[in-house]
Amino acid sequence: MSREIDMTSSPAIPAGTILAARALTKTYGAVEAMRGADFDLRQGEILAVVGDNGAGKSTLIKSLTGATVPDSGQIYIDGIPVRLTDPTQILGAGIGVVHQDLALSGELDLVSNLFLGREIRKPSFSGRVLRTLDRAAMANVAGEQLARLGLGNVSLTTPVRKLSGGQRQAVAIARGMAFGARVLVLDEPTAALGVRETAVVIDLIRRIRDNGVSVALISHNLPQVLEIADRIHIHRHGRRAAVVAPAETTLREVVGVMTGIDEIAA
Amino acid sequence: MLVVPARPDVAAKADESRLAAWGKSLRGHPLVGPALALLLLIIVFSFASDRFLTATNVSLVLQQTLVLGMLALGQTLIILTAGVDLALGAITVLATILAAKLAVGGVPEELALLLAVTLAITASTLNGWLVAKVRLPPFIVTLGAFTVLTAVSYLLSGSRSQTIPKGFLTLLGQGVSIGGVFVSWGIPTLLAAYALFAHILGNTAWGKHIYAVGDNPDAARVAGVRVERTLIGVYAVAGLLYGVGAWLSLGRIPSADPNAMANIALQSITAVVLGGTSFFGGRGKVLGTLIGALIVGVLRNGLTLAGIDSLFQDIITGILIVATVSLDQYSRRRST
Ligand SMILES: Nc1ncnc2c1ncn2[C@@H]1O[C@H](COP(=O)(O)OP(=O)(O)O)[C@@H](O)[C@H]1O
Ligand SMILES: [Mg+2]
Repeated sequence: MSREIDMTSSPAIPAGTILAARALTKTYGAVEAMRGADFDLRQGEILAVVGDNGAGKSTLIKSLTGATVPDSGQIYIDGIPVRLTDPTQILGAGIGVVHQDLALSGELDLVSNLFLGREIRKPSFSGRVLRTLDRAAMANVAGEQLARLGLGNVSLTTPVRKLSGGQRQAVAIARGMAFGARVLVLDEPTAALGVRETAVVIDLIRRIRDNGVSVALISHNLPQVLEIADRIHIHRHGRRAAVVAPAETTLREVVGVMTGIDEIAA
Repeated sequence: MLVVPARPDVAAKADESRLAAWGKSLRGHPLVGPALALLLLIIVFSFASDRFLTATNVSLVLQQTLVLGMLALGQTLIILTAGVDLALGAITVLATILAAKLAVGGVPEELALLLAVTLAITASTLNGWLVAKVRLPPFIVTLGAFTVLTAVSYLLSGSRSQTIPKGFLTLLGQGVSIGGVFVSWGIPTLLAAYALFAHILGNTAWGKHIYAVGDNPDAARVAGVRVERTLIGVYAVAGLLYGVGAWLSLGRIPSADPNAMANIALQSITAVVLGGTSFFGGRGKVLGTLIGALIVGVLRNGLTLAGIDSLFQDIITGILIVATVSLDQYSRRRST
């Protein structure tokens, strides 16, 4: 098993790393959700992030996208140190995210969800004075976006709570991908899906990567991860335990690192 | 020439499926239930009492529903954010007392109203601030506000009601008679308020944010919605509506009474819930609340005309609330 990462958490960010973190920490009361977590997502890859329940994967993803502010540590976008305190900051940097369980507002329809927090108003009097939203313009963009992702058949006007789980996840991904994202971070996008819907979402993720978008995919499904990922980040006890290449690694080895049976450099 | 025989079976089938589709979209529409309930009540009461559909009585029901309708509009906004407002009656009463006291003390009536509305906005905004920033449950915050503001009303009024002369403060109670039905300026005021908020909720970003905050505040936050600002804004705007409600109230009865509106918080919740808005937030329409307020008004009036004791009216209203919320729960479980 190849081990690329020098475990002495070096602050130097390798060239071609689009989103990175060094030594992040976060405690919730007595719980240490992150204990010096590092992270590197390279240009154009699918990086899988695996780890046990409660290992701190979601906390890491929230920190990387401004949904949570870490207690200490540093985040880098294109190698440049940034401080993220607001979930809208990453939009300008072209980073889209689909949070675990926090993706959509069920009562709003697809168009409203896609544009939530970044709505388009009509340019006319009605838009300026009555603040009327430009439904047609937003529906147009939404339709194009969905067609590009091969999701042309999802209804634009039903409340998203009425869509199937797979459709909802696809809408959440479309939302993450909206507005020219070059990085997409997905936190357990297939956890609640059946076999067929999972296959559709995985296919979607591949297509997104093939369009040049870098993808960080948090997942529990190890066989799926070994198949789709370019590299695998293994998370354990609030920090990165190893990064491995799927081609040179077996499922058993990954599980070994995840559970600590095969503790690295320890 | 080839004549294609009419196929009645096919035509009937198409008709049937169109009817089914129509029925389905109707059943899916959240306002159909409340509207049918209102219609049913009107039909039943018009048979139960000759006086029910007379011009005088229709005027009376409309006038009686105005204040409730205005307050229930504010209640709708707050319930949409998964909150509830128990203080709205206390805020409105205090505003009427302040306006009346100032006016009787010689302050120009326009200024007296402005100060009273400002008071209503301030009080409700403070509630919103406690809910959004201090993260206290809306039930507790508004219960506290209800208790405090009711006491302030009694202190300020010396526990006496204050009659005011006809003037700007009673303006919304004046109006015209259309075919024997008295239409006060309060009626177009109320309808305009509902139209405005139907537009805001349906067609503006702020409206979408209100639904998103009520449905799932964390999801709204990571989407970039400023949740706290939205919440405080909703309470502030509700306060404005309560201020207008105070004006409507002075128009209907030209006196400020600290004992008034004791039940209006519960009535407004009833109107909102009967109108199809989910008590759990994130789902509903203001038009439903207007129908809900009319149901409450018609029910009171009709049961009184039918000679039914007011205690039985309470029992019927209470059962109606629980039944409606059960339906809401049931439809939620089925649709998600
Ligand atoms: N908002 C929070 N408040 C309190 N504890 C939290 C919160 N978020 C996460 N935790 C705790 O931090 C730990 C890591 O959680 P999480 O990052 O969700 O792990 P994972 O996504 O790997 O399952 C868990 O023990 C979890 O209970
Ligand atoms: Mg998680």
